[in-house]
Amino acid sequence: MLKIIHMWVNGREVELAVDPRESLLETLREKLNLTSVKKGCGVGECGACTVLIDGIATDVCLYLTMWADGKHILTTEGLKSPTGELNPIQQAFIDEAAVQCGFCTPGLIMTAVEIVGSGRKYTREELRKQIAGHLCRCTGYENILNAMEKLAGC
Amino acid sequence: METVGKSFTRVDARGKVTGEAKYTNDLLPKDALQAKVVRSTIANGLVKSIDISEAEKVPGVVKIVTCFDVPDIQFPTAGHPWSVEAAHQDVPDRKLLNTRVRQWGDEIAAVVAEDNVVAERAARLIKVEYEEYEPIVTIEEALAPGATPLHPDLRKDNIFVHTSFKTSPDFDYDEAKKRAIEEYGEENLIEVCDTYRTPRISHCHIETCTSWAYVDTNGKVTVIASTQIPHIMRRVISQALGWPVGKVRVIKPYIGGGFGNKQDVLDEPLNAYLSIVCGGRCVCLELSREECVSQTRTRHACKGVLRGLATKDGVLLAREGDIYTNKGAYASHGHAITGGITTNFKDIMHDRYGCRSDGYSVYTSSAVSGAMRAYGVPQAAFLADSLTDDLCAKGGFDPLKFRMDNCVPPGFVASNGITYYSYSLKECMKRGAEYIHWDEKRREYADQTGPVRRGVGMSIFMYKVGVYPISLETSSARMILNQDGSIQVELSATEIGQGADTVFSQMASETTGITMDKVYIISTQDTDVAPFDTGAYASRQSFVTGKAVKKCALELRARILDYASYMLDRPAEELMIWQNNICEKIHTNETSEVIHPADENDDNPAVKNARKLALGGAYIDNTRNDGSRGESAKYSAWLDGDVKEYDIHDLPNGTAAILRDTGVEKDIVPGEILLSMKDLAENAFYSLDRSEHITAEVTNHCKENTFASGCCFVDLEVDMPLGKVKINNIINVHDSGTLLNPKLAEAQVHGGMVMGLGYALTEELLYSKDGRPLNANLLDFKIPTAMDVPDLHVEFLEMDDPMGPYGNKALGEPPAIPVAPAIRNAILHATGVSMKEIPMTQQKLVAAFKEAGLI
Amino acid sequence: MFDIEQYYEAKSVEDAVRLLSEHEDAEIISGGTDVLVKLREGKGAGGTLVSIHEIPSLHGVRCLPGGTLEIGPATCFTDITNHPLIRRYVPYLGEAVDTVGGPQVRNQGTIGGNVCNGATSADSAATLQTLNAVVVLQGTGGVRRVPVTEFYTGPGRTVRRHDEVCRAIEIAPEDYVGFTGSYMKYGKRAAMEIATLGCCVRVKLDEAGETILDARIGYGVAAPTPIRCRNTEGALAGRRVDDPGIYELIGTGVLDEVNPRSSWRASKEFRLQLISELARRALREAVDRSLNHEAPKTACSDEERR
Repeated sequence: MLKIIHMWVNGREVELAVDPRESLLETLREKLNLTSVKKGCGVGECGACTVLIDGIATDVCLYLTMWADGKHILTTEGLKSPTGELNPIQQAFIDEAAVQCGFCTPGLIMTAVEIVGSGRKYTREELRKQIAGHLCRCTGYENILNAMEKLAGC
Repeated sequence: METVGKSFTRVDARGKVTGEAKYTNDLLPKDALQAKVVRSTIANGLVKSIDISEAEKVPGVVKIVTCFDVPDIQFPTAGHPWSVEAAHQDVPDRKLLNTRVRQWGDEIAAVVAEDNVVAERAARLIKVEYEEYEPIVTIEEALAPGATPLHPDLRKDNIFVHTSFKTSPDFDYDEAKKRAIEEYGEENLIEVCDTYRTPRISHCHIETCTSWAYVDTNGKVTVIASTQIPHIMRRVISQALGWPVGKVRVIKPYIGGGFGNKQDVLDEPLNAYLSIVCGGRCVCLELSREECVSQTRTRHACKGVLRGLATKDGVLLAREGDIYTNKGAYASHGHAITGGITTNFKDIMHDRYGCRSDGYSVYTSSAVSGAMRAYGVPQAAFLADSLTDDLCAKGGFDPLKFRMDNCVPPGFVASNGITYYSYSLKECMKRGAEYIHWDEKRREYADQTGPVRRGVGMSIFMYKVGVYPISLETSSARMILNQDGSIQVELSATEIGQGADTVFSQMASETTGITMDKVYIISTQDTDVAPFDTGAYASRQSFVTGKAVKKCALELRARILDYASYMLDRPAEELMIWQNNICEKIHTNETSEVIHPADENDDNPAVKNARKLALGGAYIDNTRNDGSRGESAKYSAWLDGDVKEYDIHDLPNGTAAILRDTGVEKDIVPGEILLSMKDLAENAFYSLDRSEHITAEVTNHCKENTFASGCCFVDLEVDMPLGKVKINNIINVHDSGTLLNPKLAEAQVHGGMVMGLGYALTEELLYSKDGRPLNANLLDFKIPTAMDVPDLHVEFLEMDDPMGPYGNKALGEPPAIPVAPAIRNAILHATGVSMKEIPMTQQKLVAAFKEAGLI
Repeated sequence: MFDIEQYYEAKSVEDAVRLLSEHEDAEIISGGTDVLVKLREGKGAGGTLVSIHEIPSLHGVRCLPGGTLEIGPATCFTDITNHPLIRRYVPYLGEAVDTVGGPQVRNQGTIGGNVCNGATSADSAATLQTLNAVVVLQGTGGVRRVPVTEFYTGPGRTVRRHDEVCRAIEIAPEDYVGFTGSYMKYGKRAAMEIATLGCCVRVKLDEAGETILDARIGYGVAAPTPIRCRNTEGALAGRRVDDPGIYELIGTGVLDEVNPRSSWRASKEFRLQLISELARRALREAVDRSLNHEAPKTACSDEERR
């Protein structure tokens, strides 16, 4: 039985009929074609599906779409300016060679958006803790931390 | 060089940071059916019957197939080039679904349904009746007398292959020991005899193993897969289905990491079959993370029963090893990896009397072992370098000096002929030792007390770049000139995160003279159109495929210049391409020589002589005094292992002038700009006089190989009561030839180092007694998080390798090799406790410290 | 998709209680970080979920009259760690729940779920034990208050009845005023980890900061349920903090009060080593914090209730 929900996705108001069994991961990918939201484990262990829900980094593989009713969702697709310019975080990831296979990248960028958006400055150790909910097997996290330090480092 | 050697940003970076890069499942059609594999709940036995009657009743089930339905065809899965010699072909030891169950979770049936919930519900309702045999999960269990042979049709027992390698045919360790006693006296010898073990681990690429398949309008079964090896996959699917290769098409989009797991054909043939039996409908077969960890491929667990003998003044005399690897349920890469372990164990050190290493690949009823980053050498390095440091500890030798004195020497030629051309292993060690303050710290940490202690440790490795001459190395490239003077580059060597597409673009730009922004590499491989290559594995791509790229770029350049010659009415020899323009070619130094790579027919007597004697070769040092790179080359050469610097004209007799050819002729500079590439291209396309679509397509059969090397140094502290290891400082130093893209190279090393860190301390796939995997998920299989990782330091000693297309050699896999043994040896230094196995988990460390009376 | 047959979004605690009583197979879902993981494994597949995710009264931390701290069970770990009341009065509880999984899981997972799933490895468990926290349950039979020390009945089992919803977790002022504490989580890695062992030690010193007036020791994974070590706590009371013997006392004393098991995750012997060593270290940190005047001197006040 489908239920109607309203949410704002990347600034756009969306009305959708969803199956209560859907995770927000599935809804974003399959109904809204927002495929930057990646599935790496399905159980909140890898962080690849991280998006911001009302500004808070959330693993949406463990988030029922029903809960998104009335909320604001931001995915990596929503970061580019209307004219295609990259967000400074995206640019920092490019400049610091923080991207390899790229599968963990959109999720990490969303966590970085939350962190940078906090306006706080972080030590490298604090940044390590902030991104510990993301597993990356390519980079050893070194250049990801370098990219984040550029924008949110002490 | 203009482009190669510079840190360009990745060509795929923008697509990846915007989330626009499409991976396999991002392209899944909305009407795709979902497949679920039904797996055995026993580790060893036979499926007697399967009852699907209840499962079929679940609304939404489209098709259920069982092991009794699939074609009676056994096929191999290894991501190796096929061999035309039957004896060297990969072993076909599985079917699409198997009645003979050889591991817990073996694939015995599959459900195709409208959605995943339906597929899972139906799968739970399938009833299976088994005949159960004793699980044989470990090497010991599989080799025990009376153990059930897992593949009785292929092997009488569970030894898949046994090989024996010796430095010389008559070498015998016990004889060597007798000789040593006579020569040095027993009291002047140090011997270590011990057993060392490495674990089975999972690749843990973040994208799971996934594919989807449909039958296209032309009757081809088309599989979109997250794979490193699209062309090999196409061949294997054809073998598994009994379909001609031409009726199979494989497409590889962006892939979220592979590390060797996707250098094997996994469930893609089954996926193709499921689509076919569903009338060609699109079927998606996405494995769960749990399935990925325990049901795809793993790194071989390994046990080495080792002996080593040295003199009391630190001369390594002899070693031997009986090395057993746990192959798991199926052959996958056969004995190749075990062979790699034994060869590398033997070759990394120079034993004065000799070395023997025997390898046994053992079938067990557990997860299949296959390729994983560095293909056996992480195991070899742990065995060899643990033995080395145990010898040093017993003999009181400095591990750095012992390695300097006894490691593989310059000019080393392996028994299969692979030659170590550009050699800077010892320089790497020197640099690593300087960085970590080796001498100082060895002294400083010598006599510690208390519960927290510090230590420094090191490890070295060498690594062959490609697989020639063990196996075929072949690669094709295609380049097409566009109307605007830009080019497409099309390859079937795959980008899997390592940066291949970026460095291939740099190579194409370097050699054609067309700038990077006008080089468009096609990242998706579609076997219907992409030229043939065997794919991403070994550390071969920049070397083997790089040669194809260079050859293709040279050919394209020649065709462009030929057309320019027509347009400008000047001989092509007077022209060059520089930054998207046809320019006049100016020779700045008429006396300089252009030296081409030596080949079989090279009639230079020095080359011939050196080739015959296999003495070594020469390399160019392109580094200027100020550290910048230039074309004014000095030449270093070795003869009998002695490296000296020479002027080109003074190369000694017997030195092979096997020099690399960059494709950029030396001492040539661009003169007047005569024509833009854009004008040339437009004319070539649309000229009423001479229309010519300028393309190039080449195959490069690579018959060259070389070794890369390097080391890791680590400074750490051990909190003994808690068994916790904290890395305070770590460096990898790599001898990987000329770096194609230093920034990407460094990034690649970071990732390998952290993989090594996990291998050292936390990663291990565990099994219950009855053969069930215990920790097959990302929570319980412990790959490091950002909080577990120290700051990482990387250095390179760049030396042009004469075999590499641009002086480059292996880097993709090596970083993962030396970290675990370096950590192990630092713990030995810190605590005096010699750990015999990795991962050195906290629990194992605490037990060892207790046994040693330290806590 | 998750294999859920029926899904209900409760509007209030009463609504949730009603839904639970109407559906025998119903399971409560709050943050989802446990329930959805289990569903995916096929546990409880095809069942009913009653979501309390969207009930506002279950969120937040409050100061009740008399200085009792009330934590809404649907408060996520991040909000607990960052909450001013928690930081001021029970910072070690905030630190404890800050070790759960990673940031995203902490943004979603709730303390009520952490308690009600009955896991001995829950990161809040050891600390809540030492706080004598009270679990307030509301069911068809009304409201009852169960001390967390009596809440667990076995691994994954609690006294919560099927139709009961955890409405609040309360901490009385006598259990936090004057105390400092330290939670030490031990795992195989530094994040994304289930505790191999969790140990909380809390102390209250005399005015002069010389003598232990009250000591509390709580563990997760040292037994099938979270536990307290009351004998050792008693032995510590009255001891001087500058006596190095207290560390030996706690390190050996606790060994008689624990009952860890061997599993593939860790052996009993290894856990015993950790139980002893972590208690020593946690006691040292708790004492240091007291000597550093970090203990709250008063209970939370009316002013902070707003």
